[in-house]
Amino acid sequence: MLTKRIIACLDVDAGRVVKGIRFLNLKDAGDPAELAAAHSEAGADEIVLLDISATHENRNTLLETVRRTARQLFIPFTVGGGVRTLEDAGAIFDAGADKISMNSAAIATPDLITEIANRFGSQAAIVAIDAKRDEKTGGFEAWVQGGRRQTGQNAITWARQAEDRGAGEILLTSMDRDGTEQGFDCELTKAVADSVRIPVIASGGAGNAQHFTEVFKEGHADAALAASIFHFGLRSIAELKQQLQAAGIPMRCAC
Amino acid sequence: MIAIVDYRAGNLTSVKKALDQVGADSVVTSDPEVVSLAEKIVLPGVGHFSATAHLADSGLRDAIANTIRRGVPFLGICVGLQWMMESSEEAPEVPGLGIWPGECVRFPASVKSPHVGWNQLEFRDGPSRLLRGIPSGSYVYFTHSYRVPLLANTVAESEYGGRFSAVVEQDRMFGVQFHPEKSGAIGLRLLENFCSLRVTAGSCDPEVLTEQNVD
Repeated sequence: MLTKRIIACLDVDAGRVVKGIRFLNLKDAGDPAELAAAHSEAGADEIVLLDISATHENRNTLLETVRRTARQLFIPFTVGGGVRTLEDAGAIFDAGADKISMNSAAIATPDLITEIANRFGSQAAIVAIDAKRDEKTGGFEAWVQGGRRQTGQNAITWARQAEDRGAGEILLTSMDRDGTEQGFDCELTKAVADSVRIPVIASGGAGNAQHFTEVFKEGHADAALAASIFHFGLRSIAELKQQLQAAGIPMRCAC
Repeated sequence: MIAIVDYRAGNLTSVKKALDQVGADSVVTSDPEVVSLAEKIVLPGVGHFSATAHLADSGLRDAIANTIRRGVPFLGICVGLQWMMESSEEAPEVPGLGIWPGECVRFPASVKSPHVGWNQLEFRDGPSRLLRGIPSGSYVYFTHSYRVPLLANTVAESEYGGRFSAVVEQDRMFGVQFHPEKSGAIGLRLLENFCSLRVTAGSCDPEVLTEQNVD
């Protein structure tokens, strides 16, 4: 049986893993290569590395970080942040990534999704959507540039378009829940997961095993991603997977 | 020397890295001559079946076919396995190598596609050199939208919207639908099994040859 995936995310700034709350207040969490290897050892099904600064000057630092992280990693490895062109994507694949996650650039230039999917395959083209609830309408809006700019685009409509353009997966982050450890946004996740035919990775708000159970059962997520709860040793992935398995969620357990 | 065939489909970094990890001497090449001289061949593949058309255009297809005919071990990964079939629904106009009969077909509408993630290998009866030391029920990483049906030479199958071939093995010809280079320790073991197959040189008859390290 196909298992649900637990994905460890490394938010990287200038070659170091950091983590913030609601996209702000960053604190240092360690070396990306060491953390990726440790998470893989603990049973993570995939590693995602997001370059959260993604400034032009940092591109070479990022590629070196990707290269170093990929070297000893034999599970799927996604890299995102600042991917604007097919050439950006090519350099990241060459450095050892298996999938590219694109966000702002995909909204600005949706053709980029198709270009990457045609060149590297849909399985390598992930569209990341940062979604925030609009208090007035109750709908979900896609935000870009690390959560700094509104797009006016409905997150669910955008997810469908991304699929049509060739995206192989959607990485869906709830900006309202990010870093809060109050649980995933199951309503948002379900709305997107039920609207597309490609896998949806839920992100933002993981705090305990119950949150993961909810997002798989109620949110219909195919995978769930978390960062801080893994890095700061609050919970090992192996232990989390045992609990989810016991709750009836199919897991790949080394246990 | 193991030739990792580069036919401009996706990136080969991770396959090369995994072969390095298991201590195999390998080279990424798009040169038919290098392929012809290789001790073993790995044909990776991610992406679209139509990309395999480049194999015919570049002379790689003939080089691979001749090398397989001489009994050189061959491993197709993902689209590499699919190419060992006659054809694929994904690009009906592009012929496969036709080692095994049949067509690769799309997953049914009842399941999400692509099939992405870790799924289980269920071994069929009979020995497999590729799966030596790997327990049935092991999880491996898949990412694909088309699948190879069950064949007489299927040695392990998986289930997703129906059963399909996960590992196919016949003589020196091997194909895996999942990505061993992305399947952790299990995947590395499989690659190690392939890389350590010892083939007695100088004979063209597969019946006469022996794999010395078969359990």
